[in-house]
Amino acid sequence: MHESLLIYRNMRYLKVAVALVTVTGLLYALHSPVENPNGGTWLGYTLGTLSASIMGWLAWYGVRKRSFGGPSIRMEDWASAHVYLGIALVIVSTFHSGFQFGVNVHTLLYFLMLIVVFSGVAGLYFYMRFPRLLSENRRGLTTDMMLGQIAELDSELSAYAVTLDDATAKAVFNAVHNTEIGGNLLSQLTVDNPNCPTLLARKFVERSDGSHDEATRRKLLTRLSKKEGLLRRIRQDTKLRCLLQLWLYVHVPFTFATLAALVTHVVVVFYYW
Amino acid sequence: MAERLKVAIVGSGPAGLSAAAHAAKLGMSHVLLERAAHASDTIYKYQKGKFVMATPDILPLRSDLSFRAGRREEILAAWDEGLDFYGTKIRYETDVTKVDKTEDGFSLTVAGGETIEAENVILSIGLQGNINKMRCDGGDLPLVQYQLDDPDEYEAETVVVIGGGDAAIENAVALSKQNTVIIINRRPEFARAKQGNLTLILNAIEKGDIQCYYEANPVRVEPDGIVLDTPDGEATVKCDRIIARLGASPPRRFVEACGVEFPSDDPGVLPEVSPTYESNVPGLYIVGALAGYPLIKQAMNQGFEVVAYINGDDIAPADEPLLVEKFEAMGDVEVDDVLSSIRQTIPVFSELNPLLLRETMLESQVHAVKQGDVIFARNDYSSTFFTIFIGQVGIQISADDPSLVVKLREGEFFGEMGLISGRRRTATVVAVTDCVVFETPRRTMLKLIQSVDTVKRTLDKTSILRQIQTHLTPGVPAEDLEDLVETAEIQNFKAGEAVFNQGDAGNHMHLIRSGSCTVSTRVGGREVVLSYVPSGNYIGEMALLSDMPRSATVRAANNTETICLSGDAFSTVMNNNLAIRDSIEAKFRARLRQNEQMEARPEAGNIIQFLIEQGVGEGTDVLLIDEALCVHCDNCEKACAETHGGLSRLDREAGPSFAAIHVPTSCRHCQHPHCMADCPPDAIHRAPDGEVFIDDSCIGCGNCVGNCPYSVIQLASPPEEKSNLFSWLLFGNGPAPGEQVSYEADLLANPAKNGPAKEKDAVSKKAVKCDMCKDLTGGAACVNACPTGAAARVSPEEFMSLATLNR
Repeated sequence: MHESLLIYRNMRYLKVAVALVTVTGLLYALHSPVENPNGGTWLGYTLGTLSASIMGWLAWYGVRKRSFGGPSIRMEDWASAHVYLGIALVIVSTFHSGFQFGVNVHTLLYFLMLIVVFSGVAGLYFYMRFPRLLSENRRGLTTDMMLGQIAELDSELSAYAVTLDDATAKAVFNAVHNTEIGGNLLSQLTVDNPNCPTLLARKFVERSDGSHDEATRRKLLTRLSKKEGLLRRIRQDTKLRCLLQLWLYVHVPFTFATLAALVTHVVVVFYYW
Repeated sequence: MAERLKVAIVGSGPAGLSAAAHAAKLGMSHVLLERAAHASDTIYKYQKGKFVMATPDILPLRSDLSFRAGRREEILAAWDEGLDFYGTKIRYETDVTKVDKTEDGFSLTVAGGETIEAENVILSIGLQGNINKMRCDGGDLPLVQYQLDDPDEYEAETVVVIGGGDAAIENAVALSKQNTVIIINRRPEFARAKQGNLTLILNAIEKGDIQCYYEANPVRVEPDGIVLDTPDGEATVKCDRIIARLGASPPRRFVEACGVEFPSDDPGVLPEVSPTYESNVPGLYIVGALAGYPLIKQAMNQGFEVVAYINGDDIAPADEPLLVEKFEAMGDVEVDDVLSSIRQTIPVFSELNPLLLRETMLESQVHAVKQGDVIFARNDYSSTFFTIFIGQVGIQISADDPSLVVKLREGEFFGEMGLISGRRRTATVVAVTDCVVFETPRRTMLKLIQSVDTVKRTLDKTSILRQIQTHLTPGVPAEDLEDLVETAEIQNFKAGEAVFNQGDAGNHMHLIRSGSCTVSTRVGGREVVLSYVPSGNYIGEMALLSDMPRSATVRAANNTETICLSGDAFSTVMNNNLAIRDSIEAKFRARLRQNEQMEARPEAGNIIQFLIEQGVGEGTDVLLIDEALCVHCDNCEKACAETHGGLSRLDREAGPSFAAIHVPTSCRHCQHPHCMADCPPDAIHRAPDGEVFIDDSCIGCGNCVGNCPYSVIQLASPPEEKSNLFSWLLFGNGPAPGEQVSYEADLLANPAKNGPAKEKDAVSKKAVKCDMCKDLTGGAACVNACPTGAAARVSPEEFMSLATLNR
């Protein structure tokens, strides 16, 4: 019923990828060209064409993902094949290069491709690992529900704050009004912020014993700690969800760069034939 | 001795008035006798300003008096005017106490002793002279009343209105303007009400103007309130006033004294009349509600027609042309012949009075089927009911061997299992000979089952036998099951109610005919769910076979109907049929093993419990998301929006989760869809594959939105055109795939399109919901578009099976 894309259809696409790598590996081992192995031999051209086709197909994933309703092949087939063939591409294209690297546009293409593939592998890791972490972190609550609970705590805190001395009230109001979730990339990825106004307010109330009665102090502390707990969960949620998307900001632009380099590579190869 | 009249009309309701007007117009000697001091007492007693409807819409009016939908006052004034115009002879405050048959006519005795002689008598006394009272304790307390004249008389009171019919709805809605109103409906839906009233009451309930208790019955009335039996247990409602609108029964004693016979002793049964409305007493005619039709238009038509018949005119009933058209499929036939032949050949319809039969046929479809044609196929999802009028059909009882066929002949019915259980058809039905079958819609059948006792009885008896044969004892002939069927009993259980408890003595078993159950046991003081049992399965065989007390508790997961079978009768059947005994024993052993495994893994039971609480048990196809795989990419929502005019019918993030299983807000395609219950244009259907969908005839009333317990239906405006993928990708044209043009963004981009456009949207909104992408080849787009395999559509029995939960 529910099946991860790694084991999808009895790992059909892993088998395809392994077969592909095995065949190209055998050919590479058996092939003994006059010069050193390179992209210019018949095998080189064959593997080059194969690699270029795989690249084009892998890039087409982005289009397929956004076209709905038509084809009856499930997206999970595409995703599973995308993962395994993408990894296989590294090996196939390396055989195509014949391990000839230099400071040129061809090697640039190779490294761009590696960036795309490895960002993809990172993304795959996130995809496999984070959903469970997200689900455990949320414990059945949605972001909106957590934000709603925070809003409730905030209104209670504000109600207490007006009855307190100025310094405490200021700290509490600061916690109510200036606590931030998310923001720039760095803060999206930070779960424990030492300057979080809520944390500061809790510490302030903890330190300032004696200035108000124990009951009020306890009320403030429970609410601030509760809010801190919720903030932690939301920030953890934000971080995980950010990472689930962040890799795409590498993967997708470098895909376009790779495609551009691929075109250049092909043109240059034929121009200097 | 006074002159002898051609006709005396008793009762001046719509039927009597129309009859008298026609008699006056024809110049027939007549008198119209009315007990009250004004004409048409029932309508006179309608609440002031009440809007009177003119249903059924398709039926033309045939009367000398005018009538169309309007306020009570306008209608009464128009009738009074009409009576004057034709010079109708009407005597008010004349209570007829006796009608005696004389040699050549009738002698009517009125209160005071005077007698009136007439050749013919038309009884158009209706039922409202004999209204039903509450039968529970305290029904005669001063806070209970059975009528409401002017709702504006009451202010700031808490009023309980009892009843699910039109009168109760109208009273409740009118009172809710300045009172707190609670309406008590004995049934789960307002099935008896007219369409317009249905919309009114459901809107009021949704807006919170009126509070409604469904499936609730009064237990007793107390001086300051009422105690109810509700699905959630007993509830006490404090109130200032109780208005009970429980309908009325025929004034049987008076009618019987006239010599008219009733077909049975049932208090609700109506006397039988001929197609010319003549009773078993020649010359005595019965029209209107007493003849079985309570609607004003129908009654007026009958009044007109009955006088025409007495006058010797040969006229056909008003709906004749519609029925002629309906019966065209059968060739050149007379409507009356067909109808009387239906009553003779089809037992389930035999006790419908002629008018009800006419209406049922108007709503049904007539199919002339050629030999060998398939009427419906196994696993089709339809819930209509079929009766065989001419020819034979065969039910293919085995999926593997189409030659195993049970033949049904003229007069028998089929398709009742789909009607009852709301699940897929259990067998394919083909025409064995050329035949004519009637297909009656589910709604019409439900109305008949509720209102005509014999329909329910006939249906129950046959369906019990067939269900036992299908699900419990395949291959055992009906003769061997007679005792078992005779002692079987249909039992109803509300959601959460125990069918039986662990430790009870077990001398019955149950076959679930609709709904589903959970089996649970107490482990260390808490209930652990062991399994989920959908309809079509039996429970309780373990105690029978082992001769021990119940080893587990069985609870209804949603509203459930079971056939309760006597253990002794079933043991006899088992002992005579070793194959049955073996298969039951095998099931017994499999269940024992399963129970042991489940007791060891309480978390699987907890998942079942969670899903049942979310109402998944009554679904047929539920979207479940595995949170351990879901990367929150919302591609499912985008796919849904993209394939359904820009608006997603699923909300991925909303909805509860348990043990990494998430139930998003999305349609479950219920067995008995709540949304279908009250759709005025009948726009919600079930496709052959089970998808519940809304067609283009939706009028946007929002009933379904309010009726769906899972909030999966929305009202939405028609979608806007979208630009294609590459123009978005390369040039940023239009919204991204799966995103909507927001109203604000649209306004910014196109400021000229403000106010009026919004108004137009409000008018053209229609209800939209998941249709499981029934028109797409690739299956549900949400599942298809999920890259990680987190989304899956499953049927509850599949998902809650041990094999799946063990993974």
